[in-house]
Amino acid sequence: MSAETLSLNLGPQHPSTHGVLRVVLELDGETVVDARPDIGFLHRGIEKLAENRTYHQIIVLTDRLDYLAAHSNNLAYVMAVEKLMAIDVPRRAQYVRAALAELQRIASHLFWLGTHAHDLGAMTPLFYALREREALMDIFESLAGSRLTPSFLRIGGLAADIDAGFVEAVRSFTDTFQARVDEYETLLTENPIWKYRTQGVGILDASDCIRLGISGPMLRGAGQALDLRKAQPYCCYEEFHFEIPAGTQGDVYDRYLVRIREMRESARIARQAVEGLPEGTWTVPGSPAVFPAKGDLKQDITAVIRHFGLVMEGFKPPAGEVYHAIESPRGELGFYIVSDGGSRPLRLKVRPPSFVNLQGLVKMVRGRLLADVVAIIGAVDIVLAEVDR
Amino acid sequence: MNLDAIRERFGGAIGEVTVFRGEISLTVDRDSIASLCKALRDEEALAFDFLSDLCGVDRHPAAPRFEVVYHLFSVRHGHRLRVKVPLGAEDPVIDSVVPVWETADWHERECFDLFGIRFRNHPDLRRILLPEDFEGHPLRKDFPLEGTAKP
Repeated sequence: MSAETLSLNLGPQHPSTHGVLRVVLELDGETVVDARPDIGFLHRGIEKLAENRTYHQIIVLTDRLDYLAAHSNNLAYVMAVEKLMAIDVPRRAQYVRAALAELQRIASHLFWLGTHAHDLGAMTPLFYALREREALMDIFESLAGSRLTPSFLRIGGLAADIDAGFVEAVRSFTDTFQARVDEYETLLTENPIWKYRTQGVGILDASDCIRLGISGPMLRGAGQALDLRKAQPYCCYEEFHFEIPAGTQGDVYDRYLVRIREMRESARIARQAVEGLPEGTWTVPGSPAVFPAKGDLKQDITAVIRHFGLVMEGFKPPAGEVYHAIESPRGELGFYIVSDGGSRPLRLKVRPPSFVNLQGLVKMVRGRLLADVVAIIGAVDIVLAEVDR
Repeated sequence: MNLDAIRERFGGAIGEVTVFRGEISLTVDRDSIASLCKALRDEEALAFDFLSDLCGVDRHPAAPRFEVVYHLFSVRHGHRLRVKVPLGAEDPVIDSVVPVWETADWHERECFDLFGIRFRNHPDLRRILLPEDFEGHPLRKDFPLEGTAKP
């Protein structure tokens, strides 16, 4: 540090850093000369823990990564294990998974919208956004029994079949949701203060993003319409009609527009998924990775033995390695699993979009004002539990 | 993506090529990693411009003990590739790929932090998730899962 600049600690205990992110800023007056992000305050060694758990036990660990989109973590993880086991998941389960993933995306974007706008001094959107998010949390709660950490997926399918109440709840949510998004937009999209704070701020163009490994709404905001739901479809996404919104400037405002439009598209997808829900089974009863049905446990001694074996020892996938990535609300969320043929993974690596996207921070804040840093961090949409794991 | 074309183009540098569940893995000698990565990025037909992930694997007590694993993605073509580099326990050092993909910076720091694998020519190789004065590398298999640090 030279005599002319001032070092300023932003975080780890600061509301605008959305968790325990610490950024050491070098300031010349109010201008940021350099920034040094310091992460790891929430490191819990989830990857180490996973090496010592059976494949089923890991599902609940994945909830604790990106807790604003826990279902997306569950989905990416179980799909990686299913790839390793070569399990074909029934279409009904895939549709429900996709519907939930889209509801989760909306819930995550709503939370982002409310807190991001609040950071920049617009308080009203927070109340509106959390109102709709609450409706989504209710849907998750009625289905899975918990709001933030559903763990509703199992290897091979779902934890249980959905009921008519779920379909009805998704219908009634999607009936009104587009009008709700219109409401948010009347508050922000043409708001001169909002535009002043976000337009031309934190610019990263598409080639910068690709070099930095940045994915999700940040990359699409820069005009590169890359979305794994289209590029490498999973969960029957190729059967749904939806658009991939993209921006042009790659600034904070474009990231806002992309996420707003994504919420609209997600509502369309969730609606299509419940309307076109295939009949049939929601799990793969014959697979060695799947728990026997609850009813069988009272009738059939072999089912009891199998259940006991799965709980105590787990199942053993073949030796090999797989990587599976999905489009989480924050970008490419991947799980890399190395199996040595045992009942626990030899290595489980999470490819966390928040961690990678945060790397772009330094480039974005250099030369900007201190107040812009708050806008820029907000627009990255990080979850520190996922950054630090 | 044509597997034979890759074999032909990089024949000497590539060891084993495996396909498992439709995913292609190349095993590469550590001395050729930097030049190979650059070629994988720049070759028109491959165009691996996006490094999805980079991580370490500890196969202790097997030998060679470590692996550095690169997951590549091509934005233009939409295909993926895995590149693996085995490293011995006594000398886990490898060239950094930050000059090829800027995103490797934090990934390599994390790999250094948790596995103790060192990356030559990395611009700023220090711990990223754990405190600077932390002793040991927790994702190594011989690092205990529970317990307190030695007094």
